[in-house]
Amino acid sequence: MERVLSRNIRPGQAPPTLREYEAGGGYSALRTAVTQRTPEDIVGLVLDSNLRGRGGAGFPTGQKWANLPPAGESTRPRLFIANLDEMEPGTFKDRYLVEGDPHQFIEGMLISMYACQTEMGYIFIRAEYLEPVGRILERALGEATEAGYIGRSILGSSWGCELHVHMSAGRYMCGEAMAILNALEGKRAIPRTKPPYEVTSGAWGLPTVVNNVETLCCVPHIVERGPDWFRSLGRARDAGMKIYGISGRVKRPGSYELPMGTTLRELLEEHAGGMLGGYQFRAALPGGASTMFLDSSEMEVPLEFESLKDIHCYFGTGTAIIVDDRTCLVGTVHNLQQFYARESCGWCTPCRDGLPWIEKLYRDFEEGRAQPGDPELVAELSHHIHGNTFCALALGAVAPIESSLRKFRGDYEEHIRQQRCPWRERH
Amino acid sequence: MLSEDELREIEEQIATSYDARAACIPAMRVVQAHRGWVSDEALQDLARLLKMTPEELDGVATFFNLIFRHPVGRHVLKVCDGAVCWALGSQSLMEHLEQKLGVKSGGTTADGRFTLLPICCVGDCDHGPAMMVDDKLVRNVTPEMVDELIESGGEVGE
Repeated sequence: MERVLSRNIRPGQAPPTLREYEAGGGYSALRTAVTQRTPEDIVGLVLDSNLRGRGGAGFPTGQKWANLPPAGESTRPRLFIANLDEMEPGTFKDRYLVEGDPHQFIEGMLISMYACQTEMGYIFIRAEYLEPVGRILERALGEATEAGYIGRSILGSSWGCELHVHMSAGRYMCGEAMAILNALEGKRAIPRTKPPYEVTSGAWGLPTVVNNVETLCCVPHIVERGPDWFRSLGRARDAGMKIYGISGRVKRPGSYELPMGTTLRELLEEHAGGMLGGYQFRAALPGGASTMFLDSSEMEVPLEFESLKDIHCYFGTGTAIIVDDRTCLVGTVHNLQQFYARESCGWCTPCRDGLPWIEKLYRDFEEGRAQPGDPELVAELSHHIHGNTFCALALGAVAPIESSLRKFRGDYEEHIRQQRCPWRERH
Repeated sequence: MLSEDELREIEEQIATSYDARAACIPAMRVVQAHRGWVSDEALQDLARLLKMTPEELDGVATFFNLIFRHPVGRHVLKVCDGAVCWALGSQSLMEHLEQKLGVKSGGTTADGRFTLLPICCVGDCDHGPAMMVDDKLVRNVTPEMVDELIESGGEVGE
């Protein structure tokens, strides 16, 4: 199988330098874009490619760009933010992409900025990625600036740009598309009312595009090889290649580039080598913590936005967390709720007050204090959160609750019946 | 009082930012790089430079997990408590550290060497359990590695 996004990535080795990246055809897509194509051409290509945002929401990338106010009507500058605030539990794909091939990401960002006719770009990076991701990125940005890919009149065109790195200071909420604007402005990262959407009025009131790193890495390949090719890569309904991730008690946890629409069974059994000896598969969160549990009857569902939507599940970031039979599923959800309760930005009451209560109920399950009726109470609290908050992260917080109550209700009942965690000694 | 080095680095950050306020996280990071944490006094000095009120700046400072408004040890040990690391034993790793250092999670050792904290998923789930020693990531952590780390005073080998 041809590797596209990961073709230059050699884990354990230094990423390609600028010269090495160029020798493999790197930056030729940028050259084609800025010297032979109009920004509108690039937006058209990306629209046709059916590329959807890889940060979790799956919004069509070309559509997001096309929603910018027409450039001619306004002299307001536009901003571009690459979202490298990868804080979704279980997710490490953007780390893999930037650590392994920083120039691919930079090239993708530059072409996308050209397409959006913006001259000011920010790379928003989580603090924990300072080393080595941040250092690798800084070095690559230096090389690209020196080579004239960043700066004024890039490759002899009339377009130029500035790129800034914004190192954050650790808060899950910053990855949300509206909160990231507040964070960049130097404010508490709370969400904003929509509309206006960020493409109309984003950071400092300027039209702003926010794209995930993996999304941007796809762009040079679409420019180089065309939207038809990109669409043909997907195995089911969504387009392109995907950096899937898999972790938990599997033989070979890691990142795997596979066609969009690969099944969980193939990812787990063929690529990750199956479960570690002595462990059985129990459940998976297919795309980071903020998705619904899949059970063993759902392993043939293509992992992509559309197919998972059909079974009322999110695709999320596409990095699967595998739960084995010796790990408590209720305990796993408790761990996730500790995270969400701690990381809730506090703006919306249902999330700020509901999540700590939910977390306390899960602690009762784990510590042998749960009472009959507690599963119903958890369900009711999560129902109050669902759809009653400004941002979508709260929807993600309750996704593992609702799905585990539906598919693994017996686990909850056992905790109540035995007045302890039945899995505690099995680890 | 901010030092000359701190002032110079902060001014550089402000000069490349959209406006002064936008440099508040980088500016607080500068102060932390020099003295480990952001004191009330430093916060007030910073607020003036950033054209914010101290209250506004404190609102931002306390929002972010990795801006420290209390003194921390020379090294900050952060144990990943993401779902995958949790399943792979991060809890017993934390307990081992608590016992070894004689402090609870969130505490600083009496000699001022180490502060122990939990941290959200650090995005290294395929090498869990993971932890961070200051800005450095440590993968596939074992109790033996932790012992070695503490005995060496917080130095992480390459």
